[in-house]
Amino acid sequence: MLDFTILTDNMGMFLEGFKNTLIVSLLALIGSFILGTLIAVFRIAPIKPLNWIGTIYVEFFRNIPLLIILFFIFIGLPVLGIRFSGFQAGTIALTVYTAAFIAEAIRAGVLSVHKGQTEAARSSGLTYIQTMRYIILPQAIKIVIPPLGNQFLNLVKNSSILTIVAAGELMYQGDLISSRTFVTFDVYIFIALFYLIITLPLSYGINRLEKSLAKSN
Amino acid sequence: MDFIGAYSPDHIVFLLKGFLVTLEVAGISILLSFLLGAILGIVRYTKVPVFAQISAIFVETIRNLPLLLIIFFVYFALPEVGIKLSITWSAILALTIFESAMLAEIIRSGLNSVHKGQMEAGRSSGLSYIQTLWYIILPQGVRRMVPPIVSQFISLLKDTSLAVVIALPEMMHNAQVLNAQNINYIIPIFILVAVIYFIVNFALSLVARRLELNM
Amino acid sequence: MFKNRKFLMFMLLSVLSVLVLAACGGGDKESKDKDSGAKSKSSLETIKANDKIVWGVKNDTKLFGLKNPSTGEIEGFDVDIAKELTKIILGDETKVEFKEVTSKTRIPMLNNGDIDSIIATMTISKERRKEVDFTDVYFEAGQSLLVKKGSKIKSIDDLDSKTKVIAVKGSTSAINIREKAPDAQVLEFENYAEAFTALKAGQGDVLTTDDSILYGMASQDNNFELVGGKFTEEPYGIAMKKGSDDFVKAVNDALAELKSNGKYNEIHDKWIKK
Repeated sequence: MLDFTILTDNMGMFLEGFKNTLIVSLLALIGSFILGTLIAVFRIAPIKPLNWIGTIYVEFFRNIPLLIILFFIFIGLPVLGIRFSGFQAGTIALTVYTAAFIAEAIRAGVLSVHKGQTEAARSSGLTYIQTMRYIILPQAIKIVIPPLGNQFLNLVKNSSILTIVAAGELMYQGDLISSRTFVTFDVYIFIALFYLIITLPLSYGINRLEKSLAKSN
Repeated sequence: MDFIGAYSPDHIVFLLKGFLVTLEVAGISILLSFLLGAILGIVRYTKVPVFAQISAIFVETIRNLPLLLIIFFVYFALPEVGIKLSITWSAILALTIFESAMLAEIIRSGLNSVHKGQMEAGRSSGLSYIQTLWYIILPQGVRRMVPPIVSQFISLLKDTSLAVVIALPEMMHNAQVLNAQNINYIIPIFILVAVIYFIVNFALSLVARRLELNM
Repeated sequence: MFKNRKFLMFMLLSVLSVLVLAACGGGDKESKDKDSGAKSKSSLETIKANDKIVWGVKNDTKLFGLKNPSTGEIEGFDVDIAKELTKIILGDETKVEFKEVTSKTRIPMLNNGDIDSIIATMTISKERRKEVDFTDVYFEAGQSLLVKKGSKIKSIDDLDSKTKVIAVKGSTSAINIREKAPDAQVLEFENYAEAFTALKAGQGDVLTTDDSILYGMASQDNNFELVGGKFTEEPYGIAMKKGSDDFVKAVNDALAELKSNGKYNEIHDKWIKK
C-alpha cells in the first residue's frame, strides 16, 4: 500500500510545488489568451502583411516542441545578455507556445460564423470593428470556449516540463522528494493525484460546457 | 554565437542520428497507440459493460496527467514493482499510454458524431450491430477523425523530445550534448533543431489539410 | 444534480483506480525482491555466460565519461578503467558495452538489468549501500565549487541567501550543499551537461559537485575555476546489483592488479592533471 508518511513528511514541498504550478498556469493562461487573441486578429484582419505574420507565428510554434522554446529562453537568450529565471523562462515559453494554439482556436471560431453575416452587417452600415465586436465575436465565443478550455488543460499538463529548468513547480518538487527518499513509485502517485486535483474538474467542466453549448444550438 | 562551428558536418550528422531515434521511437509509439487507442475508443463507444468503464477510467485519468510524469513513472517507478524496461522501451511505453488515451477520445467522439439514426437504419435493414458499426458508422466517423489524428501524431513527434529526461539519445538529447561543449553553439543548435522539427511537422500538417479537403 | 453526482463518482473512481494500482504495485514489490534473491544465477556466472560486461558510464562528464560527437564513443577515466577491468575478468578488453547513465538513472538501470555495473563518478554512501553493492574505492574525490573567474565567491562560507547554487538531481552533492550552506538557494538540474550550461548561461552563481567533475568542466571552458578546496570526502566506487558478491570480488581483485602493475597510474595521469 502507499506510504502516506512520504506525503505527510513532505507536505510542505508538495504544496509549494502545487502552488507554483497553479501560479505558472494562471500567468501563462492570461498571457497566452492576450497574445493568442492578438495573433488571431492578425490572421483575420483584412491586411495581408498582418495575415502573414500571424500565419508564420502559428505555424512555427505549433510545429516545434515546447521544450526547444523553453531551453532557448533559459540557456539560449543569456548568450545575448537576456536572462530569465527558470520560473520566468517557463512562464514565457508556455505563453508563447500556447498562444499559437489559442490563436488557431479563436480564428476557427470566428471563421465558423457565416461569412454572409459580415457582409450583411457591413452593408447595414457597421464598420469592420463594429461588426466584429457586436455580430461576429459574440457568436464565435460560444464555439471557441471548449477548445480554449482544452488548451488550458494542456497548459497545466505542459507546465510539468518546467522541472527541467528547476522552476520549483509540482513535478520539480516531487522529483526532489523522490531523489532524497529513494522512493519513486509512491511519490509519483502523489504527484499524479495533485495534478488530477487541478485537471479533473477542469476537463469535467469543459465537457459539460461542450454539451450544454451543443444543446443550445 | 558560432554558427560555423556549430554546424560542422560532425555535429549535423550527430543531430540527424538523434532525429532517427526520434522518428523510430515516435513511429513505433504511433502504431501501438493507434491500436490501443482504437480498442479503447471503440469499447467505450459500444458501451461493452465493465470494459467500457475500465476504458473510461483509463482514458480520463491518463488524459488528465502530464506526459512527463508518465515518462518518469514508467522509467523510475515501474522497476520498483518489477516491470523493467530499457530506456527506449520506457519511452515507447510512456508515449503509447499517453497518446492512446488522447486517440481513444478522438475516435470515440468521431464515432459519436455519426448520427444515431444511422445505427437504427442499419440495424432495421437487417445488418448486425458489428456489421453496422463496420460498414456504416466507422467509414463516416473516420472522415471526421483523420485530421485530429494527424495532429495528434504531430504532437507525438514533438512529445518524443521529452524523453530527453531519461537520456534517450534522440535529437534533443544530442542537441544538449553539443550545447554543453560551447555556449556559443546553443542558439545555432536550437535554431537547427527547431527547423528540422518544423519541416517535418509542417509537412505532416499539410498532408492532414489535404486529407481534410479530399473528404 | 444527477450530473454532479456522476462527476463525483467519476473523480472518486479515478482516484481509487490510481490507489488500487499503487496498492497492487506495493504488494508485488516485496514478493519480487524475494524472488530475485532466490532464483537468479550469480552475477559473475551470468556475465561469463554472456561473455560481455555492460558498464553504465556518464556521457556528459569530461575526464570521466564524455561522449565525443565525432565518433559517438564515450571517453574518459571511468571508460578506460572499465576496459582494463573487463580485460582482466574476461580476458579481452573488447568484450565491453557502454551505456549512458545519469546520476538519476544509474541505479534504476542497474536494477532493471540494463547494465551489469555502474562506473560513473558514483560516491559510496551509506544510503546507496542499501540499494547496491560497492567495490573498493577506485578514486578519491571531494565536493568543491566551480565559479566564473573573478566571482566574489571564494569558498563555501561565501554562499548566502542571495547565492544561487546549481546542482544535479540525485547527486550526493545536492544534499550536502543544503547542509553546508543552508541559506543558499539550490537549483537542481537533470544532468551535468544541463547544470554546466545553466552556469555558463548565468542561471546560477556557482556549481557544486565533485572536484573531479569540476576539473573537467574547468578544462573545457577556461573562464571557470574551482574555489574553496574540497569540503567533503567523496570516495568513488563501482556499483553492482545487491547480492553480487562474486562479481564485486572479481572487480576488487582486478582493481588491485591494475594498481600494482602501474596501469591504474597510467590511466590516472592520462586523464587527471591537476
